[in-house]
Order: sequence, then structure tokens, then C-alpha cells
Amino acid sequence: MSPINKNAKQVLAPIASNKRVGTYHQIIVNIGDLAQKCKPGNFVAIKVGGENSALVLRRAFAISRVSTSSATGGTMELIVAPGGQGSTWLCDRIEGDLIDIVVPLGTAFGVPTEPVPVLLVGGGYGSAPLFGLAEILNARGSRVDMILGASTSSNIYAPMEGKRAVNTMRIYTEDGSAGQTGRVTDNLYEQIKDLKAAVVYSCGPMSMLSAITTITKALDVVHQCSVEESMACGIGICMTCVLPVQGEDGSVSMLRSCIDGPVMDGSSVSWNQVGKAL
Amino acid sequence: MTTIDFSTTIGNAWFPAPTFTASGCASSGRELAQFFPLREMGGVVTKSVMSRVRPGRPTPRMAETPSGMLNSIGLQGPGIDAFLAQDIPYLVEQKARVIVSIAGETVEEYSTLARKLRSVSGISAVEVNISCPNVENRGLVFACDPDASRRVIDGVRRTLGGELPIIAKLSPDVTDLVSIARGVVDAGADGLALINTVLGMVINVNTMRPQLGGKTGGLSGPAIRPIAVRAVYQVHAALPKTPILGMGGIANGKDALEMILAGASGVSIGTASFGNPTAIMSIQSELKQMLIDRGFKSLKDAIGYAHRVEEVTNE
Repeated sequence: MSPINKNAKQVLAPIASNKRVGTYHQIIVNIGDLAQKCKPGNFVAIKVGGENSALVLRRAFAISRVSTSSATGGTMELIVAPGGQGSTWLCDRIEGDLIDIVVPLGTAFGVPTEPVPVLLVGGGYGSAPLFGLAEILNARGSRVDMILGASTSSNIYAPMEGKRAVNTMRIYTEDGSAGQTGRVTDNLYEQIKDLKAAVVYSCGPMSMLSAITTITKALDVVHQCSVEESMACGIGICMTCVLPVQGEDGSVSMLRSCIDGPVMDGSSVSWNQVGKAL
Repeated sequence: MTTIDFSTTIGNAWFPAPTFTASGCASSGRELAQFFPLREMGGVVTKSVMSRVRPGRPTPRMAETPSGMLNSIGLQGPGIDAFLAQDIPYLVEQKARVIVSIAGETVEEYSTLARKLRSVSGISAVEVNISCPNVENRGLVFACDPDASRRVIDGVRRTLGGELPIIAKLSPDVTDLVSIARGVVDAGADGLALINTVLGMVINVNTMRPQLGGKTGGLSGPAIRPIAVRAVYQVHAALPKTPILGMGGIANGKDALEMILAGASGVSIGTASFGNPTAIMSIQSELKQMLIDRGFKSLKDAIGYAHRVEEVTNE
């Protein structure tokens, strides 16, 4: 059996910068050599609330990008929208503050061995880790196209510098405030066919991941998705973040999205059984 | 350097330190091994295992609450055979001391599970979890019924023979905990694990439905610590010779010391590990230092120290 959490370390890491960009924060954390172990799709578990906080659980955040070449050593970038108490606390940190992190955790997006056309689909701030992935895929010679969607324009995450690695980017909003009115899945079937995409990578709400899987299955295209489920520990000990996943023998079992995910093969997730008793 | 005898015993099982994982809070042990060597704590209490594969309850299974959390896992697990084949050899190889926790739906299932443990080497003790709150039928919580509790422990004792110590894990959700504790000790339990989670519920005000897939869940974390300290104190007062594994919201050395002073022979750490994978290591070193600072020569001298009667001296 393969070791679990094998690259993960718990460290006190300094915040290098925290910039508010529209409704979200771009937070850069110095993590030294650990940056070399972080792959797109991995996440970090952060202790929030400070010493005497009533918040007893860590918060999991997708790592949107890492840099191994910054002047102060390796860094990771997080895109965080202040919402609950934990994310609000994190967004209030300033340069130099130390945060208690466990990183890197979880599975990573698999990169094709041959350069093939790929399509990246993101919902809301879920698109953040797709930009780090796009850079790697682009550097490997893959043609990268991207589709982003959200309820409204302010919830779209599409940084200028991130677009360099992307061939085309389409945006959908449900209220029509940016791009086309509608959802990322509206023309997805045709777009996968037109782009001859061999792999679809996705990150966003579970309903979106489920809808994408229906389309990729019909086209027999690989779908690697980053899932989200309520999580208490992030390291595989609490068994709360499970999803029904079909094994090779056809049987469905509850796998932990923290160690068997967050990146999973969309076609193996038994989406219609999510949230139901097996 | 000041030294202290930090060891503890439960029945005939000896542990070099009084610190344990709480059942269901360390999965198979592999997950924590990346963060510290498992042999450095007193022992691993494994996730309560049943006879067969069990998928557990639907998601969401977790809701954070003030200084705590609700969980509704429902004893998801691989079943006893896979557990004994895969998890025990790993823990033994890591030189961890192992307390195997078992859970059943019937009195007979507990005995069947105990029979499978008889020939397994490398097990220090058996925890009999008769108090998991995450079952469909509250009538199945044996630890809420003094007679059912006794019958489970009696069955396990008869099956195991006199070798392995039995630790009965009890629920605080009862009117008279002491009478239930007394019953299981009479039936052959060598020790008690106090407390399992407290039954609770969170309602999501947006969906206006219970937050958890299983509707109710078990409350753990610092929010329940005073309940746990009270439970340990009451039971130790009534059964001073029975070793207790105290648990419920222990997050630092001070919390652990409180539980020892109330009457626990050891402490289990659960929710604190979710928030901090190295919590057990820091709790262990803090507890040791606090005992030394208070002049204790051994952990055993501190067990139940809060119950002492001061000599009244006339001056």
C-alpha cells in the first residue's frame, strides 16, 4: 500500500503578500523547499482563528500556483474569497504573519505524457488552480483552452497573467454580466468535439462536475475533476469528506476526497449517489 | 534532568505513555505516521471495526460548531477480516501499541468479533464500543441500556478468556452513568473509555433542514470537555480501582492533566488531531512537564488526585 500524505509537512509559514483583487484575495505564502513538492490540484490545510479561537478545524484551500524561483525561496499562491469565519481570518493576515499549514495534501492533476489538446473548465473561484495547471500543460506542448463560469462577473477568477498559457478563454455568467449568458456546460459537448480535447480538467461546484461527467462520458473523453466535500482534517483520519466512487470491480465505496482526491476521475465518481446512503 | 514514570496500565496492558488516539480519529494509523512515529505515543486505538464492510452514513458528515464539531460517519469501515489482514500488521511493524476497537449491531456480533481477535498477536487490549451515536436506531446504542451493556461485555469476556484487557466505551447520554459503568465492570470489563461523543444536531438556516446527511451527529471537541471531566470524576469516585481512558475535547497538556486528576489513567485525543496532526505529541510533552512541575514522581500518583481528602490540621 502506498504511503499516505507522503510529502506533507506541518510548518509555520510567513505570509509574503496579501493583495485584495476585487472580491477575492491573492495570498502568497513562503513555503521554501515544500514548493517543489506541490503539484497542481494539491491543497493546503491551514489553522485559522489564532491561538484562542473557537474554530477547531483546519480550512482546506486549493493551491492555485507555486513558484520555486522567487527571491525568498519557494512560494505558493492561494485565491481566497472572504466568506465564512475561517476564510475571513485568513484574508485579514498581513505580510510577515506566520500561519500554521500542512502542505502539500491530496492528489494532483495528471499531466498527459504526450502533448494533446486539453480543455480546462472552472466554476467561480474554483478556476484558480486551473491557471497553474495551464502553465504546466502549455509548457509541455499541449494546446490549452479554458471555459470559466459563475453566477455573476465578480465571481469569475481570470487573472491577466494567467491567460498567457491559454489559447482561448470563454466566459459564462448566469446573469449575463460578463461573457455569454448561461452555464459552462451549455455548449460543452460541441466545444470538446471542435477542440478535439483529449482531457477535460475541471474544478468548481459538485453539480458542475457531475454535469461535465455526463458530457465527457458520452464523448469518451477523460475527465479529471477536483471535488469538494465538507472536510474536518484534510489528512485522512476523520472520514467525513467521503464520496461514492466505483472501483474496477464495479462496486461502489466511500473514498476520502482528501487523500483519494481532491482530483478524481470524474467517470468513476457515482454522482447520483453523492449525499445518499449506500 | 527531572524524570518521571510516565507509564500507565489498563488491566494487564502496559503503556510507556498515557496518550492514545481516540477510536475513529486516527483511521488506520498510516495517515498520522507521516507526522510522527506512532510508537512514540502510548498507543493507537483503532477505528471501531464491525464484522462486514460498512459504507457509513451519507454526506455531509461534518458540521463545525463553537469549539467543537458534529460528525456523522456511521462506523464506515473495511470489516474485521480486511482490517486484521491490512491494518494490524502495519501497526505492529511500526512498533505501535494497539488497542483494537470493535462495534456490533447485536450481542452476538461483538462475540464474533472478539473471537477473531483471540489469535491475533500484537494487540494490547480490546475496546468494546457500545456507544456509537451514529446508528439509525437509538435502541442499538447498547450503552444507554444497563442490561444490554452487561450482556455485550459478558459475551466478549467469555469469548476472549482472561487474556486481553477489555475496555468498554460508554456514552455520556444517560441518566446514571455510574450504574452502567458498574454493570460492565461486573460483567468483566477491565477498563472504561469515557466519553463517546454527545448526540447533537445543527440546522442549516439556508436550506432550513438538518445540516448533516444523517440528521443527528456526535458532538466532540473542547465544547464537551467539562461533560467528560465530570463523567470521569463521577465514575472514578464510584469505581476507584477501574482504569479509565479519559477523552472529550482534550487539546493541550492542561486539558490532559485535568482528565488525569479527575481519575483517568490515560487520555485519548480525537478532534484535536483533526485540527493539528501533531497534537498528540505536544499534549504528551506538555502533560509530562506539568506533572514534573507539580512534583509528581509518577503519572500514577496523579490519577484521581482531585479526589483527595485533605487532612484537617489544628494549629
